[in-house]
Amino acid sequence: MPEVLVLVERTPGGVRKASLELLTAARRLGDPSAVLFGPPDPELVAALGAYGATRVYAVAGEEPEQFLAVPKAEALVALAGRVQPVAILVSSGQEGKDVAARVAVRLDSGILTDAVDVALAGQTVRATQPVFSGTRLVTSEVVRGTPVVALRPSAVEAVPAAVDPVVEPVEMEFSESARGARVTDRTPKGSTSGRPELTDAEVVVAGGRGVGSSEGFAVVEQLADALGAAVGATRAVTDLAWVDHDLQIGQTGRTVAPSLYVAAGVSGSIQHRAGMQSSKTVVAVNTDPNAAIFSVADFGVVGDLHQVLPALTQEILARRG
Amino acid sequence: MKIVVLVKHVPDPDATWSFAPDLTLDRAAVEGRLSELDEYAVEQAVRLVEGGLDAEVTCLTVGPPAAADGLRKALAMGADAAVHVVDDAIHGSDALSTSLVLAAALERTGFDLVLTGMGSTDAEMSVMPAMVADRLGVPQATFAGELAVVDGTVTIKRETETAVEHVSADLPAVVSVTDRTGESRYPAFRAIMLAKKKPVATWSLADLSVDAERVGLAASATRVVGTETAPPRPAGVLVTDDGTGASQLAEFLAARGLL
Repeated sequence: MPEVLVLVERTPGGVRKASLELLTAARRLGDPSAVLFGPPDPELVAALGAYGATRVYAVAGEEPEQFLAVPKAEALVALAGRVQPVAILVSSGQEGKDVAARVAVRLDSGILTDAVDVALAGQTVRATQPVFSGTRLVTSEVVRGTPVVALRPSAVEAVPAAVDPVVEPVEMEFSESARGARVTDRTPKGSTSGRPELTDAEVVVAGGRGVGSSEGFAVVEQLADALGAAVGATRAVTDLAWVDHDLQIGQTGRTVAPSLYVAAGVSGSIQHRAGMQSSKTVVAVNTDPNAAIFSVADFGVVGDLHQVLPALTQEILARRG
Repeated sequence: MKIVVLVKHVPDPDATWSFAPDLTLDRAAVEGRLSELDEYAVEQAVRLVEGGLDAEVTCLTVGPPAAADGLRKALAMGADAAVHVVDDAIHGSDALSTSLVLAAALERTGFDLVLTGMGSTDAEMSVMPAMVADRLGVPQATFAGELAVVDGTVTIKRETETAVEHVSADLPAVVSVTDRTGESRYPAFRAIMLAKKKPVATWSLADLSVDAERVGLAASATRVVGTETAPPRPAGVLVTDDGTGASQLAEFLAARGLL
């Protein structure tokens, strides 16, 4: 089977869940080859193999960590030239899109971003993307070059399919222009709160303006901790600095698609819904029975979140003993 | 120095959009506006100048005739001049073709710093900064929440999915900014009137020596094979809390295996 190149994103402890989802999706197109930057630690290789990576290209060198996007793009372009992959898959996020954009230009290849599904139709790679604020779905195929597809995190469920990967070291000579945008400081996230990373979380509890204050967010955080969830927020809340800006969900923030999305005091503007409407189950608590969030909620409670959330937290803790 | 801000005229995000017969977004059917996300880039350019940077600010758009309205807004916000690349052959261009046209236009305007929004509010691909940078052979620093220009270097702070990063790039460079950089100004009446007198150059593909065969729907490297209405969410259950709201919610979650 032809290879599918998958750009792997590392976390301090391993790889992003989104990368495992990419490997799962890649199996529909061909043999997944993980492209890993930095040392191929045995645990990492095993994790990638567990999700079907038949091959791991371990790209050596400090450049991919020290400079934005271009070194990774150059490595993918070099590998693509060598193995003629059926497609190149990246996660539809900041790094994935930056790398994918440069790869698409250099290979003069069609690129589809924000995909929620990818499949092979005959010899052609097709991807489905939500458009018009998620009200319509467009399926497109790549008709030129090596298809470059950026798949949204959580759109495809990561399913294990264990293989024993072949690890192949790759020595790259990066160009001078790959050293253009230097990372002078990097602070990894996710270690402080102990909660899962928002984009990859299985459960998200999000608070909106209805939470009322920065202190009020405690009820959101307590429910999140009872559920093992990540905490999110609306733009109104991050603009008010009740929580860190990085927790913003919506058009200008994170796009999430967890199994369960709990919206507390969230009115549900179109910009916010754009960032969460692919969530599998949505529940909402809001005092306003006409809040737009109820139109996308599977279960809604019209009520005061400061009553409902603590009671729900207690109920969950009691059920879990 | 020369700052060029890439801006896009987009359909009003609050309007109801539809497909034209050729499966492109029907832009003529909806009121347009300067993309909110690009307004942050115009704002940053103007603030750099207000902060003492000796720079001329040009805004650049590629789009149909109506896109000139977006340029007027950017001029009213404080840009000095505008360039509008307009050509019937451009209709339906994909991101690759659009980046080709933008890069050609930038080569003609000249630039030290290219600023743009983190994405458009219509296509939302967020690939244009990196594509344009690649075609121009310059670095890109994307999704900046803060930026500064000192001694021929642009520095940004950004938050990614996995880290907070500080990035530094020598000019010329392409930088995209987020809404985090600061509220964009609402032009005063006087500024709107002054903007009407500012120069707007109109360039065709021929002016840029871009082959019309390389742009437009026919040159697109992707093709839409179908569209469908997203399956509507089945109507949910709505209860009014009478003291049992939390336990009803817990029951619902348990029934779905989510607890």
